[in-house]
Amino acid sequence: MSETPLLEIRDLSKTFGSVQALTDVDFEVRRGEVMALVGDNGAGKSTLIKCVAGIHGYDSGEISFDGEAVSIHGPKDAAKLGIEVVYQDLALCDNLDVVQNMYLGREVRDFLFRLNEPVMEQHTAETLESLAVTTIRSIRQPVASLSGGQRQSVAVAKAVQWNSRLVILDEPTAALGVAQTRQVLELVKRLAEQGLSVVLISHNLHDIFEVATRITVLRLGRDVGVYERDKTTEQEIVHAITAGVPTKIAGIAETAPEIVA
Amino acid sequence: MSTEADVVAPGIGLPEGDETEQQTLWQRAVGNVKSGNLGVLPVVIGEVLIVTYFSFTATNFFTAGNFVNVILQMAGVTMIAFGVVFVLLIAEIDLSIGYLSGIAALTAATLQLPDGRNYPGWLCILLALGVVAIIGAAQGTVVAKVGVPSFVVTLAGLLIWQGVILRELQVRGVIQIEEDWINKTATYYFSATVSWIIAALVTGLYALVALSGLFGQQRAGLKVRPLPALAKLVGVAVAAFGVVAICTHATKPAACPEGTPLAEVCTQPLGLPLAAVLMLVFLVGLTFLAKRTTFGRHVYAVGGNAEAARRAGINVARVRILVFMISGIMAGVGGLILAARLQSVNLNVGGGTLLLDSISAAVIGGVSLFGGRGEVRGALFGSLIIATIANGLNIGGYKTGTIYIVTGAILLGAVTLDTVARRLQERSGR
Ligand SMILES: Nc1ncnc2c1ncn2[C@@H]1O[C@H](COP(=O)(O)OP(=O)(O)OP(=O)(O)O)[C@@H](O)[C@H]1O
Ligand SMILES: [Mg+2]
Repeated sequence: MSETPLLEIRDLSKTFGSVQALTDVDFEVRRGEVMALVGDNGAGKSTLIKCVAGIHGYDSGEISFDGEAVSIHGPKDAAKLGIEVVYQDLALCDNLDVVQNMYLGREVRDFLFRLNEPVMEQHTAETLESLAVTTIRSIRQPVASLSGGQRQSVAVAKAVQWNSRLVILDEPTAALGVAQTRQVLELVKRLAEQGLSVVLISHNLHDIFEVATRITVLRLGRDVGVYERDKTTEQEIVHAITAGVPTKIAGIAETAPEIVA
Repeated sequence: MSTEADVVAPGIGLPEGDETEQQTLWQRAVGNVKSGNLGVLPVVIGEVLIVTYFSFTATNFFTAGNFVNVILQMAGVTMIAFGVVFVLLIAEIDLSIGYLSGIAALTAATLQLPDGRNYPGWLCILLALGVVAIIGAAQGTVVAKVGVPSFVVTLAGLLIWQGVILRELQVRGVIQIEEDWINKTATYYFSATVSWIIAALVTGLYALVALSGLFGQQRAGLKVRPLPALAKLVGVAVAAFGVVAICTHATKPAACPEGTPLAEVCTQPLGLPLAAVLMLVFLVGLTFLAKRTTFGRHVYAVGGNAEAARRAGINVARVRILVFMISGIMAGVGGLILAARLQSVNLNVGGGTLLLDSISAAVIGGVSLFGGRGEVRGALFGSLIIATIANGLNIGGYKTGTIYIVTGAILLGAVTLDTVARRLQERSGR
C-alpha cells in the first residue's frame, strides 16, 4: 500500500523568461526517507523545491502528493498538504523577533482573536530547546540581531515545529557551526524515524552520505539519476553532478537502477 | 498543533531560566539604545526641551488655555499621521492624504447643507469616511495588484483630488458647516466631572488590560514581570489625570452676568476637549490593530521582508490594499476634525503643509521610512512636537517662514537619527 511515494513529480519544466531552469524533471520522495537533492550551483535545486512549495508556478508537469494529483498555487496550499520548507535565503523578517518569525502566517489567537503571545513564546522556547538551540539570548530579540547560524537555526525550527509530512531543507547547514550542524543532521534522521519524509539539499556529500537514503542528482535543470545511498559512492555522485547524462534522452539507459520498494 | 513532541532531542539539558528574564528594565533600555532601537525616547526628550524653551521665551505659552489649544491644533494632523504610520510600516508612501482629508471634509460639508441633502451629521461623517476608504483602497489596489510604485499612484491622487476640490468649490468658494455632529468633534468640551471620570476610566481599563496580560504570561508558564507593567500603569495614570487637571483649569472668555463691573473680564472653565478623547480612542484602537492582531503582525512582516511574508502564506496584496484603505480613512477623520475647527470648508482645504506635517509627524515619532519599524503612538508624539513648535513660535511672534524652517530642521534631525539607528542595528547584528 505504501508503494506510492509521498511526493511524486513528473516532467516538471520551469522557465524564467528565456532561462530554462528545469526541464522535464522527475523527482520522488517516499515515506520516511531522506532524499538528498544535489547538483552544482544553478542546477535548479532551489527552483525545484520552490515549485513544490508554491512559491513559483511551473510551466508543465505534474505533482502528486500521497498518490493524488495536486495543484499547488501558493505557500498556503503546500502548508495544507503538510509541506514545510527551509529556504536557502531563510525568508525571515529581520524586524520581527524570533517568536514572531516562528509563527509568521500562522499566529495563535485567543478567544477574542487577539494574538496569543504567551502561548507562542512558550512553544517557541520549547521548540528551540528541543533543537538544542541554546545560543540565542532572548527569543524576544529581533532576528536582525542574530548571527547567521542562529538565523538558520530559527528557520529550521520554524519549519519543523508543525506536524508536517514533508520537510524540505535547502542547504540548512551552510552557515552552521559544528555542533549545530550535528543537531540538524540528527534532527533529519529523527524526522525520518518518525515517518516524516525529508528532502535535504546540500553541497556537503559527507553529510548527505551520513543521513540520506537516496540521492537525486540534478544537472543543468535536468535530473540525471537517482542513487541509493548504500549502492553508490561519493565518486559516482560527483561524476553525476559534473558530467551526468539526463535520464530522459532517448536511447540512453537510466544511469542508476530504480530501486524496487 | 502540539509541536514539541515531534522534535524532542534526547538528553539535552538546558541551563534553567535564560538571561532574558533576569534583565532589568534599565538593562533592556540600554540594550535597546545600543542596538539602535530608540523608540520614543528622543521625541519625549525633544518635547521636554521645546516646552522648556518656549516657557521661558514666549509669554502665555505655559498656560492651561494654551495646552488645550495645542491639543486642538494637533488633533487633525495626528489622525492623518496615524494612517501614515501604517503606510510607512509597509515601506510605502501615501502623498494623497492631504487632499483626501479635504475630500472627506468636502463630502461631509456638502451632504449636511440645509439647502442641499440635509443629511444628519452622523450619516455625513460615515459617508465621507466611506468615500475616502474606497479611494484609499482603490489607490492601494493599483499599488498592490498592478505594481505601480505608491509614490506615483498617490502623487497622481494628490493632483486628482486637489483638482476635484478646486472644481467643486470654485463656484461656491466656502461651505459653512452648521451640523453639530461634525462641529463638535473640534469644539466640544467635557464638563469637569465627566473629564475626571474619563481619566479614572482610562486608568482603570489600562490596569485591567495590563493585569490580564500578566495572567496570560503566568498561564503560559512564562516568568511574570509585574514591574514594567506597574511602571507603565503609573505613567498612564499620571498622563490621564495630568491632562484632565490642566484642561479643567483652562478657561475661555465668556459673557459676563448682569451687573458685573465693566473692567472685569469674565471667563468660564473649559474641560477636556472631545478631540483629545477621539485621539486617545484612535490611538488605542490602532495600537491594538497593529500589535495584537494578525493583520498588524502581517503589516510589520510585509514591511520587514515582503518575500518572506509571501512565503509564510500571507496575502501581501491584501495587506497593502487594507493599509492604503486605513490611510484614506484616517486622512478622512483628520480632515473632518480640521474642518470642524473652521466650521467650514474652503478652497484651501487639505492643502498647505498638511501632507508634509502628517508625514513628518510619523517620521519624527520614530516610524522608519524603510518599513517595518515604528509604533502608532509615534504619530501622536511627532504631531505633538510639530504642534508645540508651531504654537510656541506663533505666540512668540515669529512668522510662518521660521516655523517651516524649524520644523524642517527637526524633521531632518529625526530622519538622520532613524538612519543612524538603522546602521547601528545592522552593525550590532551578524
Ligand atoms: N527568480 C529567478 N529569476 C530568474 N532566474 C532564476 C530565478 N531563480 C533561479 N533562476 C535561475 O534558475 C537556475 C537555477 O537556479 P537555482 O537557484 O534553482 O539553483 P540551485 O541549484 O539552487 O543553485 P545553488 O546551489 O547555487 O543554490 C539558475 O540558472 C538561475 O539563474
Ligand atoms: Mg539553491
